[in-house]
Amino acid sequence: MEEILSAKDLKKYFVRGGFSGHKDVVRAVDEISFSVKKGETFVLAGESGSGKTTTARLILRAIEPDAGTVIFDGVRIDNHDTALRKIRTECQMIHQDPYASVNPRMTVSDIVREPLDIYEIGSVKERNKQILEALREVKLEPAEEIAKKYPHMLSGGQRQRVAMARSIVTRPKLVIADEPVSMLDVSVRVGILELMRELQERLGISFLYITHDLSTARYIGHRIAIMYRGKIVESGPINDVLLDPKHPYTQALIDSISDPNPDNLTKNKEIRIKEFSDIDVYEGCRFRDRCLYAAEKCKQEPQLETIRNDRSAACFFPLN
Amino acid sequence: MTLSTSIRNLYSLSNQLRSAQRSLFKTQMYSCVIPYPMTFLSVENLKVFYQTQGKQVHAVDDVSFSLENGESIAIAGESACGKSTLGLTIMRALQGNAIVSGEILFDDKSILKISEEEFTKTLRWKEISMIFQGSMNSLDPVFTIKQQFDEILKKHGYKGNHQKAILEAVSVVGLPISVLEKFPHELSGGMKQRVVISMALLLKPKLVIADEPTTALDVLVQAQIMSLIKRLKKEGIAVMLISHDLGIISEISEKVGIMYAGKIVEFGNLSDIYKNPKHPYTDALLKSVPKLKDGSDLVSLKGNPPDLVNPPEGCRFYDRCAHAMEKCKKEPPKIKTPSGYVLCWLYE
Repeated sequence: MEEILSAKDLKKYFVRGGFSGHKDVVRAVDEISFSVKKGETFVLAGESGSGKTTTARLILRAIEPDAGTVIFDGVRIDNHDTALRKIRTECQMIHQDPYASVNPRMTVSDIVREPLDIYEIGSVKERNKQILEALREVKLEPAEEIAKKYPHMLSGGQRQRVAMARSIVTRPKLVIADEPVSMLDVSVRVGILELMRELQERLGISFLYITHDLSTARYIGHRIAIMYRGKIVESGPINDVLLDPKHPYTQALIDSISDPNPDNLTKNKEIRIKEFSDIDVYEGCRFRDRCLYAAEKCKQEPQLETIRNDRSAACFFPLN
Repeated sequence: MTLSTSIRNLYSLSNQLRSAQRSLFKTQMYSCVIPYPMTFLSVENLKVFYQTQGKQVHAVDDVSFSLENGESIAIAGESACGKSTLGLTIMRALQGNAIVSGEILFDDKSILKISEEEFTKTLRWKEISMIFQGSMNSLDPVFTIKQQFDEILKKHGYKGNHQKAILEAVSVVGLPISVLEKFPHELSGGMKQRVVISMALLLKPKLVIADEPTTALDVLVQAQIMSLIKRLKKEGIAVMLISHDLGIISEISEKVGIMYAGKIVEFGNLSDIYKNPKHPYTDALLKSVPKLKDGSDLVSLKGNPPDLVNPPEGCRFYDRCAHAMEKCKKEPPKIKTPSGYVLCWLYE
């Protein structure tokens, strides 16, 4: 399958400078490489602070990467106008919190229209048609009435659908969805996930799904990369990774999830991970201090290596 | 004349005496014939309405359940179904515009009937405490953790050694002593949540009401908090967990109440509810949760819950229910199940 997006050695360090000249460097994204194929959903998973959202912002050039390249639909994304226009019209983002990501003073129609206005896509008449089409696409019916409403008249799920309509109105090839369901009610979540699947089938949109929730990731994703402290520690087809983890961190993440099962009540919850300690986390394996299987060798940095076709893990002692 | 008045006086006096005797007898009867001798929390026909601008929001509408010693309960449901209001009512922490009726008995004491002073003196935080929703943000940023612990002890007139009580509470939740000298902004989310939990445990309550205790936390931290609550349960603290996460509920609660639009539509044992859901809403809720270990297809629940200002007549799930019948337009009956009840016409 063809790739729609490929990131190579993407790097972003944030520097917190103090008055005394002491500098604190946070390696938010540290030379990560991955690719998203056309028509698939690629999941980027990890705890908060692992660099997932920074990666999304780097792709959209909301922030400048320190190093590395992003190739989107065959075009290398740099600071040229044509490249920026391409990534910013053909790649869109859905944010986590639908209560914060839509402007309360604008009507739904204005919210969805904004990207069209900014990039001057179509005539005014065509724009109106596109807006209603996008609203129907995300199942906000009757579209004419919803278009006139303000966000406070809508429920959380409906707001997220408005955000989705805004993201597909420019007919993007890739949508970056940053925790799109974590703020929503359980019963509404499935509806949004189903909608993403449907849009993918109908419009051929690829998704980069950013989340810490592995259960929804498994439901919607095709391939996954697990991030830990700015590094990808494991990647592969989603069912393989989640049912047969190779990296101890992936295993700990899976341990921590409680599926609704009445047998849980009597069982002890065991998570195979240690508490943080104060070692220099950027030297050697970053998971070393919390890993149950850490050895002397882990003081060197493990590379993300292929284990077998399409599966890779950055660990000297992959689990079996 | 004087004789007849005195006789009349005597007569009324004896009447009074008799009625006093009768009421005394009644209370004695009551205290020795309690329906469930082991029940420690029972909620009966509880209604909580919020009065707002000429409208009444029926947040909790005729809710009943009871808990026996050693049991923990979870209240599950969508947002705005009234589950937090239920928790706040038991804690007597409702806003002033709430109208409460019904009965809550905690260790045979009526929480709603006793005076505010008595509740504060005997129950609040001493017997029942609460971990509030978004409690990570409920710590005061300008005081150290120790000062905030001290405040609780002072407010509740704790007689023992403050230092000792604080150290014990902090060690129970597995925090290092050094957190006491720190300010909230110096702690991570998971640590703040542990501080808040240890504050709830400070006066060794019997019941802790935990309102979405892990919602804003990362998966790993969430799992750690869960194992902490599991451990506390083993030490004899009953937990009332208010959550929408059916996975977390299955880790903690023996009893589950499924709440929908102000009503508990199904109540019973964890395994009965999860393995054999009776109410169509419970079924739909369980089918809408993605599971890690099972990639089966999910069914989404269409529509929105009804407006609680003017709740519809009859079953409130009517519009969204796949089994809706004509008679569902009437108030559904309460049908007994092996471990609880279900409000549904299907089982009549």
